[in-house]
Amino acid sequence: MSGVMRPETEAELAEIVAGAAGPLAIQGGGTRRIGGAEGAVLETSGLSGVVLYEPAALTLVVRAGTPLAEVEALLAGERQRLAFEPLDMRQVLGRTGVSTIGGVVAANASGPRRVQSGAARDALIGVRFVSGRGEVVKSGGRVMKNVTGYDLVKLMAGSHGTLGVLSELSFKLQAQPEVEATLILEGLDDGPGLAALRRALGSPFDVSGVARVSGRSVVRLEGLAGSVAYRVGQLRAVLPGDVSVVEGEASAEIWRNVRDLAPLQGPEGDLWRISCLPTHAAELAAAMGGTVLFDRAGGQVSMVLPEGQGEALQKALAGRGQAILLRGAGALPFARSSAEVLALSAGLKSAFDPKALFNPAQSRGLF
Amino acid sequence: MDMPQPNARIIARKSSILALLSQVLPPDAVIGDPAETRAYECDALAAYRCQPLAVVLPRTTEEVSAVLRICHAEGVPVVPRGAGTSLAGGSMPTEDAVVMGLARMTRVIETDYENRFIHVETGRTNLSVTQAVEAEGFFYAPDPSSQLACAIGGNIGMNSGGAHCLKYGVTTNNLLGVRMVLMDGTVTTIGGPWDEPGSLDLLGVVCGSEGQLGVVTEAWLRILPKPEGARPVLVGFAENEVAGACVADIIRAGVLPVAIEFMDRPCIEATEAFAKAGYPDCEALLIIEVEGSEAEIAEQLAKIKEIALRHNPVEFREAQDEDQARRIWLGRKSAFGAMGQINDYMCLDGTIPVSSLPYVLRRIGEMSAEFGLGVGNVFHAGDGNMHPLILYNANKPGDLALCEAFGAEILKLCVEVGGCLTGEHGVGIEKRDLMVVQFAPVDLEAQMRVKDVFDPQWLLNPAKVFPLAVSAGRRDAVTTGPGASPRTPGIFEDRKCQA
Ligand SMILES: Cc1cc2nc3c(=O)[nH]c(=O)nc-3n(C[C@H](O)[C@H](O)[C@H](O)COP(=O)(O)OP(=O)(O)OC[C@H]3O[C@@H](n4cnc5c(N)ncnc54)[C@H](O)[C@@H]3O)c2cc1C
Ligand SMILES: Cc1cc2nc3c(=O)[nH]c(=O)nc-3n(C[C@H](O)[C@H](O)[C@H](O)COP(=O)(O)OP(=O)(O)OC[C@H]3O[C@@H](n4cnc5c(N)ncnc54)[C@H](O)[C@@H]3O)c2cc1C
Repeated sequence: MSGVMRPETEAELAEIVAGAAGPLAIQGGGTRRIGGAEGAVLETSGLSGVVLYEPAALTLVVRAGTPLAEVEALLAGERQRLAFEPLDMRQVLGRTGVSTIGGVVAANASGPRRVQSGAARDALIGVRFVSGRGEVVKSGGRVMKNVTGYDLVKLMAGSHGTLGVLSELSFKLQAQPEVEATLILEGLDDGPGLAALRRALGSPFDVSGVARVSGRSVVRLEGLAGSVAYRVGQLRAVLPGDVSVVEGEASAEIWRNVRDLAPLQGPEGDLWRISCLPTHAAELAAAMGGTVLFDRAGGQVSMVLPEGQGEALQKALAGRGQAILLRGAGALPFARSSAEVLALSAGLKSAFDPKALFNPAQSRGLF
Repeated sequence: MDMPQPNARIIARKSSILALLSQVLPPDAVIGDPAETRAYECDALAAYRCQPLAVVLPRTTEEVSAVLRICHAEGVPVVPRGAGTSLAGGSMPTEDAVVMGLARMTRVIETDYENRFIHVETGRTNLSVTQAVEAEGFFYAPDPSSQLACAIGGNIGMNSGGAHCLKYGVTTNNLLGVRMVLMDGTVTTIGGPWDEPGSLDLLGVVCGSEGQLGVVTEAWLRILPKPEGARPVLVGFAENEVAGACVADIIRAGVLPVAIEFMDRPCIEATEAFAKAGYPDCEALLIIEVEGSEAEIAEQLAKIKEIALRHNPVEFREAQDEDQARRIWLGRKSAFGAMGQINDYMCLDGTIPVSSLPYVLRRIGEMSAEFGLGVGNVFHAGDGNMHPLILYNANKPGDLALCEAFGAEILKLCVEVGGCLTGEHGVGIEKRDLMVVQFAPVDLEAQMRVKDVFDPQWLLNPAKVFPLAVSAGRRDAVTTGPGASPRTPGIFEDRKCQA
């Protein structure tokens, strides 16, 4: 099979999958695919539109091909948002296109607020998808608390299109805060700069972002005006370095840059995303060199390294975390896993997609 | 509630199975005497009981693995058990099953405040996890009301929630990794102290899988810094609808209370008679708790008050001190006990979209009259997780069946309005046969295929979650070991296993 398929209904999607003889490359906006596209292109953009939006219940049900920007604009109209702050990787990956909400979920794409409000998988409360058997499957629903049956919702989030084509998604939303402010800590090296972030994260002051970018440590606070002012004061008193505070748009811009990995957009080389213990981050960055952005107080380290540093990186990690190559030769959306985890992943792959139709390139990370 | 016919060949081999288990466990860790296994015959859904074949109480992951290897080879079903506080029959055994009790695995392996995690063995109780870190100003957020007794393993099994989950999420949102033993004895680590899986999100599907995918022996849990303070308010309303509208307005306004609890009139009256908390005489009341410093609490409560007063409450009561705060929570916390004073009760936990709250409460009231059974509603209103308590008399023949029929109708109603059968207690045996109301056959098939991958022989807690008729083919296809047998077909007129 070749060419591009663009179903406009879930039923049509199921029919295409059921009739497919060869591999399918699932494509949302095509803005952040990691790894190659093999097979006939299956576009999700025809599966678009809001199914249900209940602001008073903080609930959104939306078709998977809906542009992310459309979703964000709709929510902003009610002063609400997706808590997990999906990033825009177009710059850093050098792509153009329109991100879809399905692609965001398929990648479990989540920004700096993860330390406070969780990832996409935590905001996702229901999915509908078409499995490789051409069956329309649902899991979860549109309510906030649901333990009825296995949580296939979580399994689908971050599966990078290897198990099924998402057709519909339900989210738990968050109200936009009244105000936001960011403390900027300057004059600290990575070691103390990251220690300050860990301290902020370990304080009772409910921080919603802790990153280190371009030699500055930044701490975000969001909420009611009085509360933010109080917490800024408390943290300012205990955090080291030359501390200044910005608010509103100036604060928002800092976090857009952290979210979209702005400092890593320029430099050439392999882009790695590492998940590790915050206390290990400074040592890891020092060992590897390169351009670095620390998020989650060091729990997530993004770095641009010269080509071919994969083994050196694994050695520096020493099993104390995992690394994904987002950009570069051999990029794959999954990290190295143990033999047992791979055996289970491969088992799930063949349970959901027995003919191995979906995203063959990405699926290689499961075996 | 039906349970499958136990496998007679396994029961006949009890002594040789005990002998095999004794080869890998110390004598005090294998229990075969019915006088002693009796303690494991039920969980908190105590209307259903069944003596297990044997009970094992391992102390290490290696012992867990050794036991599972034997049971796998012998084709013996295994029921993992934490503290046995499941309200859904999740840890109730069958006669041909070995109960794997984790209660002796309670160690804290590591606490790491800078990286905000604790690594524990899963037999440890929920409350004692918080107790292990509170001196440093930290806590473990999911706090089921059973937290004094229930174990982390059971919390992971059921993906349990707590009073504060509106803000902090449920177990799955606070679980970083597990060490788990598969039914064939394979020991595996999924996730770890860092928070990105890097693989398929296996952890997400293990959490809430009701002991059917593996035995979890260790867990890495997120710990959080304790807020500076917390305070509740109580608001009484003349109508359920108005209370519901008030909840919606608070949520929309972007104030994020840590808890919004709802009680209806029958429940208020029962708790007043029992706990004398001094609640107002009204149709519905809300208890709303906020957190932070003194100033932050005041700021949030001012917002909440402004919203609540727009809804003409019968009463708006602010706690002025610790004692008043305690009294506001007293009635809510004694609600189950109070209802228990009146009668036996069954506790449901369907979840509904919060917008359907008034309609669902009205329908429950009507059905209560039709079935002739009283019902009180306590409710996590912020997230729509209902807890209707249906009153019945266990000594009256037929009353339990009537109560179950009523419960089933309420749960169907929850699904009808866009909700689900269970928000936090799990399916177990209790809601197993209602799964077809919420899920199409292909949905259940997809879930069962996950179990096929983790436990191809369907030996781990097999008679739970899926309707017996739906899982029959898989459960009967036991192909390994001397326990293997074409179990008699027609097990669906299955007998009730009750002591
Ligand atoms: C390993 C990795 C980590 C990432 N981490 C983050 C992060 O932490 N934060 C962040 O904000 N962003 C992250 N991203 C970016 C994320 O990929 C994008 O936000 C999102 O994928 C963009 O949507 P799109 O429509 O352009 O997707 P596309 O580029 O079209 O697709 C992305 C992937 O999802 C699959 N896919 C798309 N639509 C569907 C569907 N309906 N059903 C099934 N599969 C589908 C595609 O096959 C492809 O593999 C990460 C990406 C990868 C690969
Ligand atoms: C008075 C009372 C109040 C309650 N309040 C709440 C509440 O507020 N919120 C809430 O969510 N629940 C509540 N519950 C229900 C119950 O306490 C929870 O479901 C709890 O998590 C069960 O823990 P347990 O250790 O008792 O598990 P058990 O009952 O022993 O087991 C529960 C399930 O988990 C499995 N399991 C146990 N340990 C493991 C393991 N190590 N590995 C794999 N699977 C395992 C079992 O097989 C079973 O399916 C309440 C119960 C009572 C009696």
